[in-house]
Amino acid sequence: MEQFGQEFLNLDVMAKVAPFLLQGLLQTLLLCSFLIPIGLVSGILVMLLTTSPYRLLRWPAIAAVDFFRAFPPLVLLVFVYAGLPFIGLRVPALVAVAVAFLINSASYYGEIYRAGMVSVPKGQREAARSTGLSATQTLLYVTLPQAIRNVLPDLLSNTVELVKLTTLASVISVPELLHSANLARSLTYNSSPLILAAIIYLLLLLPIVRLIARLEHRL
Amino acid sequence: MSSAAAAPVPRYLLEARGVRKSFGTTEVLKSVDLLVEPGKLVFLIGPSGSGKSTLLRCCNRLEEPDGGSIIMDNVDLLSPRTDINAARRQIGMVFQSFNLYPHLTVQKNITLALRKVVGMSTADANARAAEMLALVGLPDKAASYPAQLSGGQQQRIGIARSLALNPKIILMDEPTSALDPELVGSVLAVVKDLRDRGITMVIASHEMNFAREAADKVVFLDGGLVIEHGSAENIFLRPQEERTRRFLAQIRH
Amino acid sequence: MTAADAMSNWDRFVFTFFNADIAMKYGWEILQGAGITILAGLAVVITGISAGFGLAALRAIGGKPVNFFIIVFVDIFRSLPPLAIILVLFFGFPNIGIVLPSLIVLWMSLSAVLAAFAEEIFWAGITSVPKGQWLAARSTGLTFAQTLRYVILPQAVRLGIPPLTNRAISITKNLALGSAIGVNEILGRANSALSMSANATPLTMGALLYVLVFIPLVIASRTLERNYRWGEH
Ligand SMILES: Nc1ncnc2c1ncn2[C@@H]1O[C@H](COP(=O)(O)OP(=O)(O)OP(=O)(O)O)[C@@H](O)[C@H]1O
Ligand SMILES: [Mg+2]
Repeated sequence: MEQFGQEFLNLDVMAKVAPFLLQGLLQTLLLCSFLIPIGLVSGILVMLLTTSPYRLLRWPAIAAVDFFRAFPPLVLLVFVYAGLPFIGLRVPALVAVAVAFLINSASYYGEIYRAGMVSVPKGQREAARSTGLSATQTLLYVTLPQAIRNVLPDLLSNTVELVKLTTLASVISVPELLHSANLARSLTYNSSPLILAAIIYLLLLLPIVRLIARLEHRL
Repeated sequence: MSSAAAAPVPRYLLEARGVRKSFGTTEVLKSVDLLVEPGKLVFLIGPSGSGKSTLLRCCNRLEEPDGGSIIMDNVDLLSPRTDINAARRQIGMVFQSFNLYPHLTVQKNITLALRKVVGMSTADANARAAEMLALVGLPDKAASYPAQLSGGQQQRIGIARSLALNPKIILMDEPTSALDPELVGSVLAVVKDLRDRGITMVIASHEMNFAREAADKVVFLDGGLVIEHGSAENIFLRPQEERTRRFLAQIRH
Repeated sequence: MTAADAMSNWDRFVFTFFNADIAMKYGWEILQGAGITILAGLAVVITGISAGFGLAALRAIGGKPVNFFIIVFVDIFRSLPPLAIILVLFFGFPNIGIVLPSLIVLWMSLSAVLAAFAEEIFWAGITSVPKGQWLAARSTGLTFAQTLRYVILPQAVRLGIPPLTNRAISITKNLALGSAIGVNEILGRANSALSMSANATPLTMGALLYVLVFIPLVIASRTLERNYRWGEH
């Protein structure tokens, strides 16, 4: 038991590495601060394509979404980061992360929005169009707000997944939180930094997970 | 347009001729005429599946007709040059299932198109909404959400929503058939009031008693064709066609 | 840019990403990785979903303390990044005398994560079965356990299948994280072939293999979703 505490809950080690991990946390938050908004918006664009009345737009879009849902994000990341340099496209690690995870999350967000749009009754669009609202206005003011409300727990849930996804950036040495923690672990020969990182992730995400559970049971 | 200004005052406000519409291989409207004079209340009757809803929906192009012509107040609705959003503003639509926006208050339901299509200021739109709510007898419901209202109240809001745009004509697709019997009266009372104010309406409905008492003209549709049309009295008391007679007998059980 | 340049660019692209020689040389190696990925995936799905189902059933029966622990477990494993769990098990546990093979670490971590999500999905299913179902079943003399077993859980499972399929796919895709702790699955083997051959073809093969393994599941989930929607209306 004491061994366990020494290895995982060593407060001295935690205190020592805390500033270093905080740096990592900042990097994680930086990643999230652009991945989440861009993901949320590009998901809407993906949804517009996959629900388009035009087959020539819809079918390739659905195929692409399914392709990227079958593509593990880490494989995508390694492909972008380690594969492209072979043809002379050397991308910085941060850009690789952005590209790989945006493709991934846009597909997932897109599917969620699509489920939301499907859940809005057809009559809503018809009522709006019958009062003269344009297709864009109808989307903006009538159908999309209802769609988003209907799938809010799923949108939140996918956002949590996106935050968790940023840990994969550590594999290509982006100094985000988990990468810092793992580096600290190898330097201190002690796992407490990893536990500290886990605690930080819990502090960050557990409230949202709780909120999702509540929203889901209310529905 | 100068040609429009020079045109004589049309006899019909809505003039749909030879309207055709198929879904896949089923021909729902074979060739239907619907002529509506200004200020009149036209009732559309017919068995289930006869194409009443389809005809109404063609009249504001929620459904795209395959052929025929639809002229609304000198505007050719089927012309590609017609701004359909502007035209739809002139054509109110009331739905069987109300289709109120559940995420918006009653007031916002009514003002959305006023603000976004007409371009009214919020204050003006709100004033207009209050006026409409008073007209349908629900002056104190502006802040309610649709889910907090009874079906009859929701439908009256639906009417207020389309009326607020000051349309030239209102199309109603079975406005009372989703309502409990005791709520039907409140909606019909509003329709009657609109009629007395001279608002042009086309109503698809099974409310035969109401049709008899309020309709200026009744159109009987069956199998994608107009079988018979005429005054309420003629259609209900002296139907000429066998199919009309059979339909009316069924309705009366 | 001349035509010859364009040609050589295209050739270079094919040589780099779709090199037949390299594919032949490392193909078998990477294909074996696919075997490991598939087997580990099956193990994760079976363990994770059974455990999640068991936890949900336990929560339906259980008293306050049991429920509390289940909820804590679920919330924690829904919040923690899988890679963090994997690193703790892989690097931390040996130091307290528990040495686990990397494949076992991967299996345990992902199973725990899937169990947490599956519990949540099954539980949502159980709570959404109308109260009347309980009353009707109990009124015919079924016991509490029988009602749960024969009436409630089958309905809960039915409701849970579409979201569960999606979740199982997205969690099982994390098997690629095994490459970070030396598991010989597809990505791990592709990575080492990449560094040995100095060519990106192994990576292309790895990516395509992953897609090949998962695309049937993704398409199945799409079909499932559509059929369920039709079933409802
Ligand atoms: N979008 C559509 N796709 C395919 N078929 C349709 C569609 N809309 C209507 N139909 C078919 O067209 C026919 C006429 O439908 P419509 O709704 O116009 O009839 P109706 O007279 O309004 O009937 P009811 O009194 O039941 O409302 C029906 O057979 C219906 O199944
Ligand atoms: Mg109808």
